[in-house]
Amino acid sequence: MFIKFLFRRLLYVIPMLIVTTLVVFSLILLIPGDPALALLGDNATDEKLAQLRTQLGLDQPVLIQYWNWLMSAVQGDLGRSLFTGEYVSEAVISRLGVTFQVVLTAMIFSFILGMFFAITSILKPNSWMDYVARFFGTLGTAIPNFWLAMLLVVFFSVNLGWLPATGFTSVMDHPIGFLKSVLLPAFCLGAFGAAQITRQLRSSLIEVLDSDYIRTAYSKGLLLWPVIWKHGMRNALLPVVTTVGLMFGNMLGATVVIESVFAIPGMGQLAVNSILQRDFPMLQGVVLVMVVLVLIINFITDVLYGVLDPRIELD
Amino acid sequence: MQIRIIGQRLLQERLAFISLVYLVFLVILSIVAPFIVPYDPEAQDLTKIMMAPNGAHWFGTDELGRDIFTRLLLGAQAAIQAGAIAIMIPLAVGVPLGIISGYLGGVVDDIFMRIVDAILSFPAILLALGITGALGVSLWNAMIAIGIIFTPQFARLARGQALQVRREPYVEAAKISGAGPMWIMFRHILPNILSPIIVQASFSFSLAILVEASLSFLGMGAQSPQISWGGMLHQAYSMIFVNPMMMVFPGFAILISVLAGNFLGDGLRVAVDPKIKRT
Repeated sequence: MFIKFLFRRLLYVIPMLIVTTLVVFSLILLIPGDPALALLGDNATDEKLAQLRTQLGLDQPVLIQYWNWLMSAVQGDLGRSLFTGEYVSEAVISRLGVTFQVVLTAMIFSFILGMFFAITSILKPNSWMDYVARFFGTLGTAIPNFWLAMLLVVFFSVNLGWLPATGFTSVMDHPIGFLKSVLLPAFCLGAFGAAQITRQLRSSLIEVLDSDYIRTAYSKGLLLWPVIWKHGMRNALLPVVTTVGLMFGNMLGATVVIESVFAIPGMGQLAVNSILQRDFPMLQGVVLVMVVLVLIINFITDVLYGVLDPRIELD
Repeated sequence: MQIRIIGQRLLQERLAFISLVYLVFLVILSIVAPFIVPYDPEAQDLTKIMMAPNGAHWFGTDELGRDIFTRLLLGAQAAIQAGAIAIMIPLAVGVPLGIISGYLGGVVDDIFMRIVDAILSFPAILLALGITGALGVSLWNAMIAIGIIFTPQFARLARGQALQVRREPYVEAAKISGAGPMWIMFRHILPNILSPIIVQASFSFSLAILVEASLSFLGMGAQSPQISWGGMLHQAYSMIFVNPMMMVFPGFAILISVLAGNFLGDGLRVAVDPKIKRT
């Protein structure tokens, strides 16, 4: 039964993959005029232009172009950078780990912070703790993450000198250095998600704690905490699973900004640089890899949701 | 629900009403700012660089001695334009497509929803960046890109709503009385599903301001001499070790505008929902 469910969800992913790859590919069609000319600039020789057209497959019909591009991509060949000549796939993979470390830490941050604020806020409704949590939930979704980053850099790096303002140390190289370098970026990246989780978990906890079975648990003489943990959390966390899935995509996108602020050599920075250098294959490669990652995470959360929620029939 | 009743209910949502007033003020400001600013935004005065806020320069000056207050007022235009375009494109393209898809149903709807889902799985800023990168880096292209990435959300919302109301008696009645599908979709269905779309528009407006600021911060939006709050923060970032004061006001301008859009959205959601009764 579970295998069947898994298979059906997997079947759903295939059309998504076709459309998303089509979108990534079509980005090149958006370039106004002759893409080769736009990418190389007005000074390019005819010979160079012809060479680029062949390299990008621009001399063929669009559908053939898409097919060829897709087939190479499936085999791990995303073309070469127009700027450095290195393989796009290698450049992306070498930066994937960095982005992953930052995003993962940010996810953990937002989950812990979100849980903390949601629980403190429902313990005593309309207390100061509740107001702090609601304030955080409101502010977190509205504050520009790069501005938050700048404020924190001024405070923690410039004034206090506790944390580095830029740069990144991999967890594999130096765990303590990693923590120091990832703390600010991960917090800024996670603030939005933390606020989202706070808001959602708070409202779903309020709903759940108001239900009959919770009142029954209380009337049996159970204490507040066991009730929240065993009965409340389990049900209230369900909708959060979906949020966490969506959050991952948002965070991957936001790394574009955050990595630029903190000069972290990840995929986001690669995307920004590739636009500045008009390096189109590189840009397509980064966008493609990120969206495929999002599809994978969505698939996992989908399956997880099906497993966690007994109300969803697996077959 | 009628506009008048929604307006009355919105008036009772104090935070939302204040936000609406602020946003209207911002729209007016974006139009009149060029005529009322105290200084020339590009006028450099190298004897007065990086000044703290004072009587002559309320918000201080930047590293070229330009008045930050002046530039902040002028920056409202980019924010408002971004917000406006980001909801106009989805309203013009996404909503009609969503209604058609929901009304027709069947295979058309299936295919359409797959496409919408797929586009929605792109991280928003990343897709905006990709589109801007392809169209060419400019503020205008960034705004169009934001409009494009918001379109599927509106399409999905309109589709879901259309699906709900297409079996309503008034739609059936219109059908029986011989109304064509276009007439039914846009004269009967559209007016009845507007409420949630207006709520969504409010949230999208503030998100657009945020995304525009992000893109301009990255140098992918407003190009000098165009002024945008995100661009001002980009400039302030390069001065972060020298004069942290420069980043305070543009950041607050973005924050408050985004908050206003969110509060308005929250208030509208309550105001347009007939199920929520205020005591």
